[in-house]
Amino acid sequence: MSKIHKVNRRDFIKLFGLASSGIILGCNLSSDQKDFIPKLDGVFSPNLFVQINNDGKVILISSRSEMGQGIKTSLTSAIADELEADWNYIEVKQATGDSKYGNQNTDGSRSVRTRLEPMRKIGATAKMMLITAASKIWDVSEDECFAKNHFIYHSKTNRKLFYGDLVDEASKVALPSESSLKLKEVKDFNYIGKTLKSIDLKDFTHGTAKYGIDIRIPNMKFAAIQRCPVTFGKVKSFDSSFAEEIPGVEKVIKLDRIVPPTGQFFGALGGVAVVANNTWAAFQGKLDLNIDWDYGENHLFDTNDFKKTISQRISKKGKLIPGSRGNVSSSFKNAEKVIEATYHVPFLVHAPMEVPNATAWYQDNKIEVWAPLQDPQTARAELAYFFDIPIENITINVTFLGGGFGRKSKSDFVVEAVSISKEIKAPVQVVWSREDDIKHSFYHATSAQYLKASLDQDLNVSGWLQRVAMPSIVSSFKPMSDYASGLELNQGFTNNPYKLDNFRLENVKAESNLRIGWMRSVVHIHSGFGNNSFVDELAFAANIDPVKFHLNLIGNDRVVKGKSKYPYDSRRMKDVLLKTAEISKWGQSLAKNEGMGIAIHYSFYSYVATAVKVSVVNDNLKIKNIWTTIDCGLALNKDNIKNQLEGAAVFGMSLAMFGKITAVEGAVEQNNFFDYQMVRMKDAPNIHIEIMDKMNEKPTGVGEPGVPVIAPAICNAIFNVTGKRIRSLPLIDEGII
Amino acid sequence: MSKVLKINGELYTVETQDEMPLLWAIRDIVGLTGTKFGCGVAQCGACSILVDGNLIKSCSMPVSYGIGKEIFTIEGSSDNLEYLREAWNEVNVPQCGYCQSGQLIAATALLNKNTNPTDDDINNAMSDNICRCGTYVRIRKAIHKAVELRNQDVS
Repeated sequence: MSKIHKVNRRDFIKLFGLASSGIILGCNLSSDQKDFIPKLDGVFSPNLFVQINNDGKVILISSRSEMGQGIKTSLTSAIADELEADWNYIEVKQATGDSKYGNQNTDGSRSVRTRLEPMRKIGATAKMMLITAASKIWDVSEDECFAKNHFIYHSKTNRKLFYGDLVDEASKVALPSESSLKLKEVKDFNYIGKTLKSIDLKDFTHGTAKYGIDIRIPNMKFAAIQRCPVTFGKVKSFDSSFAEEIPGVEKVIKLDRIVPPTGQFFGALGGVAVVANNTWAAFQGKLDLNIDWDYGENHLFDTNDFKKTISQRISKKGKLIPGSRGNVSSSFKNAEKVIEATYHVPFLVHAPMEVPNATAWYQDNKIEVWAPLQDPQTARAELAYFFDIPIENITINVTFLGGGFGRKSKSDFVVEAVSISKEIKAPVQVVWSREDDIKHSFYHATSAQYLKASLDQDLNVSGWLQRVAMPSIVSSFKPMSDYASGLELNQGFTNNPYKLDNFRLENVKAESNLRIGWMRSVVHIHSGFGNNSFVDELAFAANIDPVKFHLNLIGNDRVVKGKSKYPYDSRRMKDVLLKTAEISKWGQSLAKNEGMGIAIHYSFYSYVATAVKVSVVNDNLKIKNIWTTIDCGLALNKDNIKNQLEGAAVFGMSLAMFGKITAVEGAVEQNNFFDYQMVRMKDAPNIHIEIMDKMNEKPTGVGEPGVPVIAPAICNAIFNVTGKRIRSLPLIDEGII
Repeated sequence: MSKVLKINGELYTVETQDEMPLLWAIRDIVGLTGTKFGCGVAQCGACSILVDGNLIKSCSMPVSYGIGKEIFTIEGSSDNLEYLREAWNEVNVPQCGYCQSGQLIAATALLNKNTNPTDDDINNAMSDNICRCGTYVRIRKAIHKAVELRNQDVS
């Protein structure tokens, strides 16, 4: 439950400055269940604010990080809606990283899911106080007053008072109880469920949006770090004489690896840092270092060997996973047909357009940081832990993120910046080169899957066996975690959208020799690819249209109850599939070289189906059209949701066509966008997005659910036209591009 | 090592080595941070600028190249850039926004040369610029929209 507080005056002044008078509201929000990372328990105190100034300006705080998903506009629009505010008066400020704002971890497609209702309550509270204030001024009953477009009206006399003119009186009003709040009905929404353009468009189109890399503070230095090519290797010795001759280079320092304690934080890799008075000199200096490395235990890691290893392992029995049910052995024995296949997804990297970077100033037992961070509270706790500074002495300013995709959930680059600032006693900006970003990330894990299923005499799926080998994200927090965790398998493996009475899921060993992290859609990329590719194979074996086969496999209408607040509803899954079939004109006659493929997935509590139309001529692939339908419950900001799903389609295309990180002798081979390629304008298809009208349902995820369907839908379309089954990504390695 | 750069009509005296890429001179020395670093090897277009009207990846051209020339960055203004801005606004193009400086400059260069680009023209002209958020469909639409806005003003 949320509690609403009046905010401590000092917090208020710190955040807004002293200039304006106004009323201000804070709301104590309950914490999220963390999916992956154990964290220090924070103290949650007043955190999210509404300020109304006497000129009518309304300043709202965005407590989640803006990385392109549009949260800064979307969540604050929910406050504004309940507040009956005129959007033209709205200004949004970004919160610093602080537990008083509630959980700020911008991850897991959950900001709207977990924050929409609290935001609405904040807005409704402010509105009630303004109504009370106006009723006092007019000496009338509150029941006779209502709010509309930045005014409170008295319905009997048609008098009205502007919000700005109510701030003094409203400041004297006691906070209403949460139970007295009346939230608006769907039909009365002004902004929720509509389209609001990004509030930052002007800055985005004038180069004035400040990302982490744009931070400039007086006398700051710039630093680049040469890290060991092999994960967790150490500096034995180094010669910096050439680097130090470069004009602009001021200092070269050794950074020890900062090892995180088991179960939390990210630490930093260490290496040799070149400090300079501009970024380029630091980059040049880094390349001129001569470092003798102790490569450590990961130096034999080879991704080709590893692929073979896990592919062999999945041919044998693994650990049985809870959720398995029925008896697949007897299903296979009594089958009309048995089909089996193995699938492979390589390591991937996020490669946000803005490289990891952080600006830090360590001085007088205090730390101030400016950085593009998805999880500023973990960064703050991490700095308090590693540098032994009281957490209240650490300020984390969250800038715009030039893309995040999970990379900027990890605060290793902040730890690096603080380490250097402490050493050089000056503010410093650490900037990763693109090569650093590609070679030293927290990688999206590789996977191998073995699937085996039986079709009975009616060509229904009677048994389903799935073995998964995948290095675990947990390995980044707890060494020797050699199996995927339950939380990872719960991303599309244990909870696939199908009705399977005989289902066996097995977990197969896969150790980690790179830092493993999470990337947009996380394990759903593996489950979405394996499940949908295999279902397409089964449909082909059964000689049944894939859409019809999927519908059969989703099964009867049912709501899978459990502990979740978001029970899986098979009807909603079927409806998005049928909608996608409709908008894509599934079943249409296709040109000779054209094919279509379909995929469905349930992730972040949202239902998604995608159809793809391709042409393949002499192994030259052209993805012509992508149609995606999402049921994300209440759709907060419609055009933003469409933009997210268009982007998800392109993100999915990039990983399907090009995405692959390989390592030889422990070192990542790829360097930059020439060998870790992205989809470009010339590859971009027509993309059609449909949002199911579910305004009375709870909002569910948007940022990630559009990705997992894309690769399998493309591969299924390729099969449809060529008869060639793609079971290992990326396509460029399969000769179809 | 003191030299003068003319950026968006303003003169800036900078002290750098001749071989420092224009990108870093503009960002770290002049202090105009709208032009972005993305790859450093002319692969992503985030650092796109115009030099005497030519589209340049500023990460890969030395500062000496810009001396005595007209440098145009996202902080500048031109008729085509303003139509593009309006169109970007109408189409609600950006997600994270980071690559959009480069996208807008590349689109400006396109419209400066081609008053009515087709989809193929756009695909050819804009494929040096990566958008990791994947706003390509909107960029394409917005470039057509900018042409439409300009034609409305002209007629």
